[in-house]
Amino acid sequence: MIRKLHSHIGSLQATLWTLIVAPTTWAVHFLFSYLWAAVYCAKTGQFAEEPLVYWVGTGLALLVIAISGYIAVIQSRVPGDPAPHEHSTESDRLRFIAYSTMLLAGLSFIGVIFTAAPVLILEDCR
Amino acid sequence: MGSRNTLSHLAKPIVSGAGLALLSGCNRHQSALAPFGEDAAAIEHLTIVMVVGAVVIAIALALLMRWAVKSPEGSLTLISGERLIVILGAILPAVLLLGLLVYSLPQMRPHPVEAADLKIDVTGEQFWWRVRYAPPGGEPVISANAIRIPVGRTVLFRLTASDVVHSFWIPGLAGKMDMIPGRVNELPVKATKPGVYRGQCTEFCGLSHAWMAFEVVAMEPAAFDRWLAAERRPAKPIDGRGRALFASYGCGGCHAIGGTDQSGTVGPDLTHIAARRSIGAGALPVTQDALVRFIRASSEVKPGSRMPAFPQMSEGDARDIARYLGELR
Ligand code: HEC
Ligand SMILES: [Cu+2]
Repeated sequence: MIRKLHSHIGSLQATLWTLIVAPTTWAVHFLFSYLWAAVYCAKTGQFAEEPLVYWVGTGLALLVIAISGYIAVIQSRVPGDPAPHEHSTESDRLRFIAYSTMLLAGLSFIGVIFTAAPVLILEDCR
Repeated sequence: MGSRNTLSHLAKPIVSGAGLALLSGCNRHQSALAPFGEDAAAIEHLTIVMVVGAVVIAIALALLMRWAVKSPEGSLTLISGERLIVILGAILPAVLLLGLLVYSLPQMRPHPVEAADLKIDVTGEQFWWRVRYAPPGGEPVISANAIRIPVGRTVLFRLTASDVVHSFWIPGLAGKMDMIPGRVNELPVKATKPGVYRGQCTEFCGLSHAWMAFEVVAMEPAAFDRWLAAERRPAKPIDGRGRALFASYGCGGCHAIGGTDQSGTVGPDLTHIAARRSIGAGALPVTQDALVRFIRASSEVKPGSRMPAFPQMSEGDARDIARYLGELR
């Protein structure tokens, strides 16, 4: 089952579009954070005791980023042309884009956590 | 020759200016490095942690660079080199930054304010401070150009401005907060050490911006309560020439003196002017000479002052008014 998934993922196309999935999710989560806090504070006048919607949104963002990173890890290990993988061949290009995607996913994952930390710790509308 | 002269001319003010800047940095009266409030203490603590941390990281980085440059090629295998980059370049910074974030965020939590806490409304005006104490369950007390707060109690400053943007900063007490016309910004503080301190406007607001300061007196709670009760009562104005002149020159169109029929609200309330530690928002000491000078031509002391000059006023009239004001404790 897992192996089948792996080989399926390995055959997926890594493109510049898949590359920006993680940073885009980070950006959307950033916007979501501001909107959520602004709307919540404006509507209720005080900070949420249990910001459920926020945690669901944050969990969703982390999940999307994690999946993007997971796919990228598998793709970056697809055996292909001999090392060094720096030629303009199909498999080297895939590996390169996949590797970049993986790094971006790591950065975005941390970014989302850093964005969410104030909600966890500050709990204040001011 | 000429250029040398100008240089030595310049050197003196530059050197003494730098010395002054350094000295004022050590001033316990108005310094973020001499906190007398919880928030300023937290800021100072955070600053120290950040500076020490930055120095440690800088030194570690320099040592690492030195090692990288000096060590012969091949001292690290390709794999361990890559691992080093991942650990020092990605994991360590992420963990450090997360730690710093989690450590510093709680310090941004404002003091919880309760309905029973003292509120002080301060309005920034060119170039002075309108002050209104709103104690819980009591009538407000109007004052100006000086602020007293009780030690150990939460006080909520409600800050606004009447003309342009000003900024309210008592470096030893808390961070600064802008005063914006049409908006009330809240700044909860808690003083910890009694003493006399100083605050300053920190947003350029016109010609006398630098002359827009105020004394801050942090007092033991019991003493503060006694002071506030006294501040609420009007001073006992003495009858005489000064009092009549104050009325006939029209000072009361702008200034109020409690206990008299002078009740203007354009300028600072003068009910207890002689009990303040300065006149003109920190510009001059409270002496007869200073009062005379300020009354006749306040814009000579504070350029752009909103108080008109009285060039036709004789020295004798000014002295009488000053004597009258000097009794308002
Ligand atoms: C048009 C309004 C106006 C009139 C009239 C006026 N003043 Fe003022 N006065 C002000 C303003 C505004 C200030 C604040 C100036 C500043 O510090 O920038 C002030 C400040 C003062 C202060 C210093 C107050 C403090 O808290 O430090 C004194 C004392 C004073 N005025 C006395 C007088 C006397 C005496 C007269 C009459 C001869 C007079 N004023 C007339 C507007 C006025
Ligand atoms: Cu100002």
